Amino acid sequence: MTQLPQGGPQTQRAPEQAPAPTGLPAQRPGSWAVQSRRLRAVATTEPGRLQIIGAVLALLVVAFGAVTALEISHRASAADDVVGRSQPLSADSASIYRSLADADTMAAGGFLAGAQEPKAVQEQYRKDIEEAARLLVKASANTDSSTSSWREITTLNEVLPVYTGLIERARANNRQGLPLGGAYLRYANQKMTNELLPAAERLYAAETGRLDRDAADARRWPFLSLAAGLVVLGALVWMQRRNYRRTNRVFNHGLLVATAAASVVLLWLAVGHTVARTELRSAMTQGQESLDVLNNARINSLKARANENLTLVARGAVLTADGSADQYETDYTTGMKALRAQLKEAERLADDESGSAPVAKAAKSVTEWQERHRKARATDDQGDYEGALQQIIGAEDSTGQSFQQVDSALRTALAHEQGEFTAAAEDGRGALRGLPTGAAALAVLGAVAAILGINRRLSEYR
Amino acid sequence: MARARTWARRRTPRGGLRGWGGVTAMAVACVITAALTLLPLSQHGGRTAGADPVGSGTTATVPVRAEVCTDPEASLPPSSADGPGIAKIKARGKLVAGVDQNSYRWGYRNPYSGELEGFDIDLVRALAKDILGDPDAVIFRAIPTNQRIAALERDRVDVIVRTMTINCKRLEQVSFSTAYFRTGQQILAPKDSPITGYDDSLKGKRVCSGEGTTAFEALEKESYGAIFRDEFDGTERDPDRLTVPNQLDCLVRLQLGEVDAVLTDNALGAGQAAQDPAVALKGSGPFTTEFYGVAAKKGADDLVARVNKVLVDYRAGGKDSAWMVSYRKWLAAGLPGITAPPAPKYRSN
Repeated sequence: MTQLPQGGPQTQRAPEQAPAPTGLPAQRPGSWAVQSRRLRAVATTEPGRLQIIGAVLALLVVAFGAVTALEISHRASAADDVVGRSQPLSADSASIYRSLADADTMAAGGFLAGAQEPKAVQEQYRKDIEEAARLLVKASANTDSSTSSWREITTLNEVLPVYTGLIERARANNRQGLPLGGAYLRYANQKMTNELLPAAERLYAAETGRLDRDAADARRWPFLSLAAGLVVLGALVWMQRRNYRRTNRVFNHGLLVATAAASVVLLWLAVGHTVARTELRSAMTQGQESLDVLNNARINSLKARANENLTLVARGAVLTADGSADQYETDYTTGMKALRAQLKEAERLADDESGSAPVAKAAKSVTEWQERHRKARATDDQGDYEGALQQIIGAEDSTGQSFQQVDSALRTALAHEQGEFTAAAEDGRGALRGLPTGAAALAVLGAVAAILGINRRLSEYR
Repeated sequence: MARARTWARRRTPRGGLRGWGGVTAMAVACVITAALTLLPLSQHGGRTAGADPVGSGTTATVPVRAEVCTDPEASLPPSSADGPGIAKIKARGKLVAGVDQNSYRWGYRNPYSGELEGFDIDLVRALAKDILGDPDAVIFRAIPTNQRIAALERDRVDVIVRTMTINCKRLEQVSFSTAYFRTGQQILAPKDSPITGYDDSLKGKRVCSGEGTTAFEALEKESYGAIFRDEFDGTERDPDRLTVPNQLDCLVRLQLGEVDAVLTDNALGAGQAAQDPAVALKGSGPFTTEFYGVAAKKGADDLVARVNKVLVDYRAGGKDSAWMVSYRKWLAAGLPGITAPPAPKYRSN
C-alpha cells in the first residue's frame, strides 16, 4: 500500500534496534528528530492528516480484532479445559476416591464371609483396585509435577501397592485359619483410612478447585476486547462525521464497511460470550454442584458401609477415644447422617424429574438401610452374631442389599448430572467457536475497508 | 483409637522360685512393691485390708499388713449361692463375656467356622453351662487390651476372660477369680536374630509391645537400650508402630520389618510363634511370673465365688480334667510341659 510512507521505516526500525543496543547511539536522536519533524510537516496539510488518520484507524481495527481473537481464544481454551480436562479429571479423582473406599469395604466384607471370600466380592475388589490404578496413571499424565495434585497422586501411587500387599497377606493368613489375617486387615484399613483416603480426598478437592478456576476463567468478561470495540466504533463514527462536515458527503463506503465489520465483531463478541457465560454457569450450578454433592454422598455411603462391616469384624475391639462407644458404629452413624444431609441437598439442587427421581430413590433406600441396621445391631446385641451377620452381608433383606440400592440410585443420578453438565458446558464452549477466527478476519476486512475509504478521499487531492 | 491408660500393671519381679520359699519371697516382694507404689493410692480403705490369705495348701505365712495387697491371686472361696450378679445374668438368659479375638489358641475367630475358639473361650462356655445350663448362652464381646477394666466398670460385660493378669493395681478396680493359668514375660524374635532374650542384646533394637500391658511397663523399667516408644504416642498422630492396640499387631510389625522383637506374655508369644514358624520365644524362659484370672466388676462377689466354683470343677479330674483337655487341645503344642493347672488360693472373708 502506498499510504504513509513514513510509517514504513519507523516500524521496521524497532526490531533492528533491539539486538544492537550499542550500535551508533549518536545517529538515533538524529533520526528520531528527523522523523518527528517530517511527521509534523505532513500533519500540517489535509492529505497528510488523512494519511495519519487512515493509518491510525486501520491499526485500531486490527488491534481490536487481535485483542478479541486473543482474549476469546483464552476464554475458549479455558472452556475447552472445563469440558475436556478439568471436569473429567475432577470426575476421575472422585472415581479414584470411590474405588479406594469400595475396595476397603469389599476387603472387610470378604473377611466377614469367612476363609473363602465370595466370588462377587473378590471380583469387585479386583475391579476397584484396577480402576484406581488406571485412573491414577491417567491423572498423572494430565497433571503438572509442580502442583499439589501431583503430590497426592505420588502418595496414592506409593501407598496403594503397600495396601494391596497387606490385603494379600491378610487373605493368605485368613485362609490358613490364623487370626494374624484379621490383624493384617486392620493394619491395611489403618493405611487406607489414614493415608490413602485423605490423599484421594485432597486430590478430589484440588481437581474440583481447578475446575472452578477454569470455569471462572472462561466466564470472565473480555473487557479489553469490549473496550477496544467501543473505541474503534467511536473513532470510525468520528471520522465519518469529520468527512461529512468537510465534504458534505454522507457516506464513505470504505468507512461504512469498516464500521459494519467492527459492529459485527462487537455484537458477536458480546452475544457469543454472554451465551457461553450463561451455559457454563448453568453447567456449574446445575451440573457440577449436583455432581459434587452426589459424589460426596456416594463416598459417605461407602464409608458407612465399610464401618458397618468393620463393626462386625472388630466386635467392639476398637472403641472411641473416651472408651464409651464402638468406634466403627459411631463412624457409621456420622457417615449416615452426612449421607442424609447430602441427599437432601442433592434433591434441592436437582432441577428436573429425571434428576430428582434417583435421589429420592436413594433417600428411600437409606431409610430402609438404617432400619435394617438397627435390627441387625439389636440381633448382635442379643448375642446372635451369626444372625446379625446374615442381616448385614446376606443376599436378601440385608443392609448390604439396601447399600447396593443406594449405590445404584446414586450412580444413576451421577450419570444424569454428568450428562447435564457436559451438554451445558459443550454448548457454552460452542458459543465461542469461530469467534477468534471470525474476529480476526472481520478486523482485516475492516482495516482494508477503512484504508480504501480514506484513500478514496485522498485521491481527491491528487 | 482409645489409648487411655486408666491403670497400669505393676509388675513384681520374681525369679523362678517354687514352693514355700518362692511364695514367701513372692509375698515379701509384693509387699515391698505395693508399699512403695500403692500406699499413696489406697488412703481410703484398701479393699484388701485385713485380707488373710488362707489356703489351699500352698498359702504362705504372709506378713499381713493392713491396707496393702499382699497376695493378689487369693480370691473368694467357691460358692454357688445366687446373688444380684448371678440373678442379672439369669434374667438376661445370656452371659456377656469380654474376650479377645486376636489371640491364637486363646480367643480367636476361626475363619472356617466363623466361631470364636480357644482356651479362654472354652472356659467362658463352661461358665455359661454352669450358670445358665447352656454352653452357647453367651454373648462374646471383643475387648481391646487397654479397655478391659473400663468394659467391666461400664457394665458392657459380666466377666472378662481374656488372658488378664491378676495384680494388686487392678484389684483396686475389679475383682478376680482364682488363677487359671501361669505365664510370664518373654521376648519373641526371628529365629536367626542376634537377640538372645530380655538382656543387653536388645540394645538399639526396636521392641514392640501392647498399649497398657505388663510388657510395656517392663520396658519402661528396664529396656536394655531398646527403642520401644512411639513418637506422638497417645495422640492423634500416634503411628501405632512400637506400641499397638493388640499384641498380635506386633507380629504384623515384626513380619513387615518395622520392629526387631516383641515383648509379651509367653502364653501369647507362643500363639504368635505358632502362626509364624520363622519366629521363636528367646531366652531360657519368662523373666516374670504372672497368673491369669477371670475378672468381674468390683464387688460382684456372688459372681466371683461362682466362677471359682466352676474353676474347681474345671481343674478336677487330674489328667482328664476339663482344664487339661482344653490345654491339650489348644496350648500343648506351643507351651509344652504343663502337667496341672495352678492351684487356687482363697481368702477367708
